[in-house]
Amino acid sequence: MSGVRVLVGTRKGGFILTSDERREQWEVSGPFFSGWQVMHMKGSPVDPNRIYASQYDDWFGQMIQRSDDGGVTWEPMGNEFQYEGEVTTHEWYDGTQHPWEFKRIWHLEPSLTETDVVYAGGEDAALFRSDDGGKTWQEYSALRAVKGPLWAPGAGGMCLHTIIQDPTNADRLIVAVSAAGVFRTDDGGKTWRPITRGIISRWELADPDAEIGHCIHSIAMHPSRPNVLFMQKHWDVLRSDDGGDSWYEVSGNLPSDFGFPIAVHAHEPETIYVVPIKSDSEHYPVDGKLRVYRSRTGGNEWEALTNGLPQEHCYVNILRDAMAVDSLESCGIYFGTTGGQVYASTNSGDTWTAIAGHLPPVLSVEVQTLP
Amino acid sequence: MIRVILPAHLQTLARVGREVEIEVTGPVTQRTVLDALEATYPILRGTIRDRVTQRRRPLIRFFACERDLSHEPPDSPLPEEVATGKEAFWIVGAMAGG
Repeated sequence: MSGVRVLVGTRKGGFILTSDERREQWEVSGPFFSGWQVMHMKGSPVDPNRIYASQYDDWFGQMIQRSDDGGVTWEPMGNEFQYEGEVTTHEWYDGTQHPWEFKRIWHLEPSLTETDVVYAGGEDAALFRSDDGGKTWQEYSALRAVKGPLWAPGAGGMCLHTIIQDPTNADRLIVAVSAAGVFRTDDGGKTWRPITRGIISRWELADPDAEIGHCIHSIAMHPSRPNVLFMQKHWDVLRSDDGGDSWYEVSGNLPSDFGFPIAVHAHEPETIYVVPIKSDSEHYPVDGKLRVYRSRTGGNEWEALTNGLPQEHCYVNILRDAMAVDSLESCGIYFGTTGGQVYASTNSGDTWTAIAGHLPPVLSVEVQTLP
Repeated sequence: MIRVILPAHLQTLARVGREVEIEVTGPVTQRTVLDALEATYPILRGTIRDRVTQRRRPLIRFFACERDLSHEPPDSPLPEEVATGKEAFWIVGAMAGG
């Protein structure tokens, strides 16, 4: 019998929610790494029992954990993340230059094809790769060479939070950094370039269409159309139809185009989801109503999805890595809130149910569809 | 033997109890104690000192003999009571609440 496994990273540990394909009854296990922030957990597309977790604590730093039995047991992997070559500088909050300093891993992205290959997005922003299942890590230092002194931290730190692999081209990776922008390599990481044409940050940057400095919040891609990318920026929802070479806004009739996560339906590449947040200074849903917005037209035309979601006095946030989809026949959508709820829809967003209600603030949600 | 007391999270990582004993050859300093501790429990590398600079992580404190030794130079001798095993060297997560 098939089923799903929802991997939930929170400020005080990791949780795994499992169900069969009906997704009606949920079993909750955890917390794993109790008391630590679990920034992100993600399973290998090659071996679903292989799960990687980023475990962080302000006191004791970064750990990487790995499970080879679907999250039942865990083993610590390597936590030596060193910047390769010269440690360069980036812009600091006061405008001065500040050396790159490693703090933590925001996002783990297992390879689409190799069980032991996994990418990690770090703070201060850098992309790391492991070829031995997380034991050792090497940096793609050429990324930092792309006008690194102009990169600057956002309010949450200067983090590389989005890593997209092109399923048709192993040499292409797309990464996003807050607040530096979005970058692409087409030669396996040897060289990188900013891909920001069409991105406008009118309220955030003195030069609104600068190559560097945009605060990208998240990017999503449907594997059947790797050249089509959807982006939730600080403000604005955008899409690209040419692998990021150019972007255009598709915010349309959203009540606010500020938000953090964006996701694509598993079977409908033009169906996308965002959760509008009131503003950059008020990180909660517009009018206190928790509404997921769905576009079936790849943007511009959006409909509010509210059935089963709180429609008054709701002041939670949904963070950038906290929304994901399963690939069962009736596509499931999942998201977690800073209030500790995890909501699931088993019908593409038409109706929602809380499958966990009282977790610590949710940092990330990923879903594995199990055979 | 040098006695070291670990905070709860590091006990979990190292899969040990509150107090561990380690052997230090030569002078007993913060650096030699932490070197020996990390050699015995490699999982603790990077959790007490920065991997690159080897400096104490900002929210870690070192106590011994009712004194805060956090700001002492890492190569200064630790108190005789620590070197002889009479007193423990405490590694503590700093208070940082709100």
